[in-house]
Amino acid sequence: MFALVDCNNFYASCERLFQPKLEGKPIVVLSNNDGCVIARSNEAKALGIKMGAVAFELEDLIEKNGVHVFSSNYTLYGDISSRVMRTLNEFTPNIEVYSIDESFLDLSGFPNLPEYALTIRNTVKQHTGIRTCVGVAASKTLAKAANKYAKKNAPNGVCVIDTEEMRKQVLTWLEISDVWGIGGRLSKWLLTYNVKTAWEFANLDKEWVRTKMGVVGVRMIQELNGVSCLELEEVPPKKKEICTSRSFGAMISDRLIIGEAICTHVTRCAEKLRKQESSAGQITVFIHTNSFRSNDPQYYGTLSIPLNTATNDTTELIKFAMLAFNRVFKQGYNYKKAGVIVSEIVPETQIQQSIFDTRQDRSKYNKLMDTMDLINKKMGRDKVRVAAAGFGRKWRLKQERKSMCYTTNINEILTVSN
Amino acid sequence: MKELGNDKIQLLRIKDNGKPLLLPFVDNTNVKAGFPSPADDYLEEDIDLKKLLIKHPAATFIIKVTGDSMKDAFISDPALLIIDRAVRPVNNDIVLATVNGEFTVKYYTNYKDQIKLLPANEKYKPIDIVDGMTFSVVGVVTFVIVEPRKVNNVRPRRLQ
Repeated sequence: MFALVDCNNFYASCERLFQPKLEGKPIVVLSNNDGCVIARSNEAKALGIKMGAVAFELEDLIEKNGVHVFSSNYTLYGDISSRVMRTLNEFTPNIEVYSIDESFLDLSGFPNLPEYALTIRNTVKQHTGIRTCVGVAASKTLAKAANKYAKKNAPNGVCVIDTEEMRKQVLTWLEISDVWGIGGRLSKWLLTYNVKTAWEFANLDKEWVRTKMGVVGVRMIQELNGVSCLELEEVPPKKKEICTSRSFGAMISDRLIIGEAICTHVTRCAEKLRKQESSAGQITVFIHTNSFRSNDPQYYGTLSIPLNTATNDTTELIKFAMLAFNRVFKQGYNYKKAGVIVSEIVPETQIQQSIFDTRQDRSKYNKLMDTMDLINKKMGRDKVRVAAAGFGRKWRLKQERKSMCYTTNINEILTVSN
Repeated sequence: MKELGNDKIQLLRIKDNGKPLLLPFVDNTNVKAGFPSPADDYLEEDIDLKKLLIKHPAATFIIKVTGDSMKDAFISDPALLIIDRAVRPVNNDIVLATVNGEFTVKYYTNYKDQIKLLPANEKYKPIDIVDGMTFSVVGVVTFVIVEPRKVNNVRPRRLQ
């Protein structure tokens, strides 16, 4: 049996944890750059604020209803998420962290699942303050469906599909577009065959589905019929590629400022590489203009540089990134976004040094990087950095309403005046 | 070992390698040559302050309090508190609670379903939790960390 545990309005709930005043008040969280709404509390949903709504178009509504607006604080959400996942891990050793706010749990062999699911939910609430819904069923796709059902219809936040009647009740309620793995286009296509609910989909002729949708479709149907085809993916594969990119807070055409942004992105990528103890054999730099501003001249520049010897050294990666950047940068455009991708990733221990390697003493640089990481870990991100990454940060995100990093930075912890 | 008056003080070096904060029982890293230390076989595990202060990592938060309403309960102004959400409050625990949307740190008592939050300073009155108030216990205060140099309004008593 699988359980899907999904946090309710996760980002909004994280913000509320440290501001209990906001209990019962409408909250929205905005995307990077404060552009559009990416999370809403129930109260904000009730006001009719839609997911993805553009922030500045909502100004009146926000003002009139006293909606509390936050910039996204991924440091906080990430830490609370890991607390939730660790708590879940106490209930079963087999867990797949599916996204920042949901996890699949393997509950095979546990007795009395409705009660166990409720205990899981109550413990997560007690230990982390985050409310969840739990769906339990024989397959991952059914567990997803049960979770959706629990969120809408179960007062205790738990739905267990352990009988044929329950399966029918959930699947006849679930719209076809809400079935896991069925996107907007597929559901529209299925509607033309008058398939409106998950139940109707699950009862389609398998051979017909095989010819129209292939094995993936057949698998979905089997899963909905309680035959588990998808296993838990417990160990996330090491990343084959790391990308760091950001949209700028404003349009930028200045070469120096964009260069600084690129260097900072390289710094992040290199840190991630070192954290997973691997090195990259290729670096790609891209910059582009805002395609939504159709009156502006448009440009998309990208260049990859293969590296002779794979590396995770910030200084070396910056050197190559700047080489690439100076080739792709063109004067006279308003740039909106810049990014860096490192790829061809190999474990640190398996680096083949090229005979054309220009760096003599690699171990010396490794030591430098270790020291830099240690200092930055202790003193705060970017305390020591390569000068090319700049000090001005004119390209930085707009994050005007970001809350504190209550759980990860000693200078920003919750202060209670007593 | 250093001699300071009559007190013998052993210097403990705090290692920090990004791993948990460890205080070694014996610091023998300076032994260069000669006989191996006879203490080597008796080395114990290092003291891990995190392990002492944090029993339930996923459920533990650290907060700062200012103000003097709990001054008689070892909570100086300011102090850092370790809050463990996994611990259920029992009578006379110090808790972090929310009352009508505000955080407060107080003694918790619950007799016959009458919950009271009690300060540890006679200047302040107890808070009775009554119908119509929103109230919740966030977690139990399991440790108080005080930095003497930063504490307000506390001076050594003059010698008589």
